[in-house]
Amino acid sequence: MQTAFVLWLAATLAFVAMKLAPGDPAQALLAASGATPEQVAERRAHLGLDDNPVLQYARYLWDLVRGDLGRSWLHGRPVGQMILEQLPATIELALAATAVGVVLGMGLGIVAALRRASWLDTAATAVAAIGLSTPTYWSGLLAIMLFSLHLDWLPATGQGDLSHLVLPALVLGFALSGSVARLVRARVIEVMEEPFVMAAKARGVPSWRVLLLHVLRPALAPALTVIALQLGFLLGGAVVTESVFARQGLGKLAVEAIVWRDLPVVQGVVVFGALVYTLVNLAADLIQAWLNPRLQEGLA
Amino acid sequence: MTTQAGSRPLRQPAVWVALGWLALVGLGALLAPLLAPAGPLAADTDRSLLPPGWDRPLGTDLFGRDVLARLLWGGRWTLGMGFVGLVTAVGLGLPAGLLAGYLGGRVESVTMRIVDAFLAFPGLLLAMAVIAILGTGMGPVAMAVGLAAAPAYARVARSAAQDVRAQPYTEAARALGSGPARILIHHILPNAAAPLIAFAATQLGWVLLNGAALNFLGLGVRPGTPEWGSMLNAGRGFLRDAPWVSGFPGLALTLTVLAANVLGDGLQRVVHPR
Repeated sequence: MQTAFVLWLAATLAFVAMKLAPGDPAQALLAASGATPEQVAERRAHLGLDDNPVLQYARYLWDLVRGDLGRSWLHGRPVGQMILEQLPATIELALAATAVGVVLGMGLGIVAALRRASWLDTAATAVAAIGLSTPTYWSGLLAIMLFSLHLDWLPATGQGDLSHLVLPALVLGFALSGSVARLVRARVIEVMEEPFVMAAKARGVPSWRVLLLHVLRPALAPALTVIALQLGFLLGGAVVTESVFARQGLGKLAVEAIVWRDLPVVQGVVVFGALVYTLVNLAADLIQAWLNPRLQEGLA
Repeated sequence: MTTQAGSRPLRQPAVWVALGWLALVGLGALLAPLLAPAGPLAADTDRSLLPPGWDRPLGTDLFGRDVLARLLWGGRWTLGMGFVGLVTAVGLGLPAGLLAGYLGGRVESVTMRIVDAFLAFPGLLLAMAVIAILGTGMGPVAMAVGLAAAPAYARVARSAAQDVRAQPYTEAARALGSGPARILIHHILPNAAAPLIAFAATQLGWVLLNGAALNFLGLGVRPGTPEWGSMLNAGRGFLRDAPWVSGFPGLALTLTVLAANVLGDGLQRVVHPR
């Protein structure tokens, strides 16, 4: 319910922003073909731009519900279709980066927590902070320099087989690992002090078993939430990373649309991003509640 | 970032290093006309893509422009953008959050629903949408990242105001007949300042990182402007032969973002010692 309300407000924000933006959509759509003023006026009427704003708003919402994001001013093609074409490349990158980020982040977080206040903790925490602060557009260029230009192990740009995915996924995953590491570290430290962990240790359960069964399992649930929360970061990061490695994807679509002021495409990508982000967070909340029934009351 | 969980920021060496770096970069930007009097655009095609040497500590770019001079002058663009972005974020988020947290009730639920709606958009995408509407350029980039950072700031400001509202001295001031405006300015703001300042430092890191990203993507300054993100982008073509052209702006940016984050974390630990 709450989610639906937030999505409706977000969609409304996007609509108002479009209305406030300068420029005439009909003019923009026909600009390339050198249309006469009469043709532009005709198109305005056809698009319903002369109608009452309330009616336009209702139509926009209805279209949105049916999954119709409008047409590109530049290409005249349905925005939804353009997004769907670019989506697989971005999902591929996002999934690969998430895998790298989770493995690296959990590793760093666990090592730091188990060797708390040692040099290992300091080092792991520092690596996490560097991951959080390093722009992917710089680490990406460094990775290209090292692995493509000097070592010649991996292709620098483009896409195709798996080898094209390795560098972008490592770069974006490293940026993601910082926040995962921080939360996992905090959570593992918390769990280590729980009575049931103390009890297990006292009973003489081997330490690897304590770690695996009593510490890691409870630490997984918050890791899931971080990943859902970081999806917004991941979508933004994918935009930049795609540009660094000259990959296809939503990022390329969005950047080109902004440069050409193709507002329906920008609006479509942004609304789509908000939808995915919100739904994934809802799903993460539900899975959390399922894993931990004590939370369920708070959610309903 | 280190394990010294000292309760005071002054006891954390990393915070000192971070402050020192920020001061150094700020001074470099301020004193750029003195340190690099030739300016960031002084070109000399005979000196194209020279590696670092004694008369060009960080090398030269394609047009023979001194990379160090461009970095110093570029600090004005990049840090200026960070400043404008942060002022935008705090200027929008602080009043909204404080009012919502202090007044509660309907004001709070309406404000926070709007904040939630903004937070539904991934930050960088929200900033890109603002630029699509305002048009590209440095001003729009700074405002866009500021606007994208504002909802998170409003949330922090709200919870800080809620904490202070429950304190006995706020109750006392209200009982003595102080109006809401007086209570907000004299009681809530000073007592909520610590978490607000700590989060502002973290937000500065976010604004710098993403603002420079937008410049890197070509949505900000015109090509050739000595802004760090834009300089990074300009050097992409010579990664093999002249890595210093992209490398040093990236290093400067990363260290500055890292410094802002370390400062934010250090202050955060003072606010919430654990």
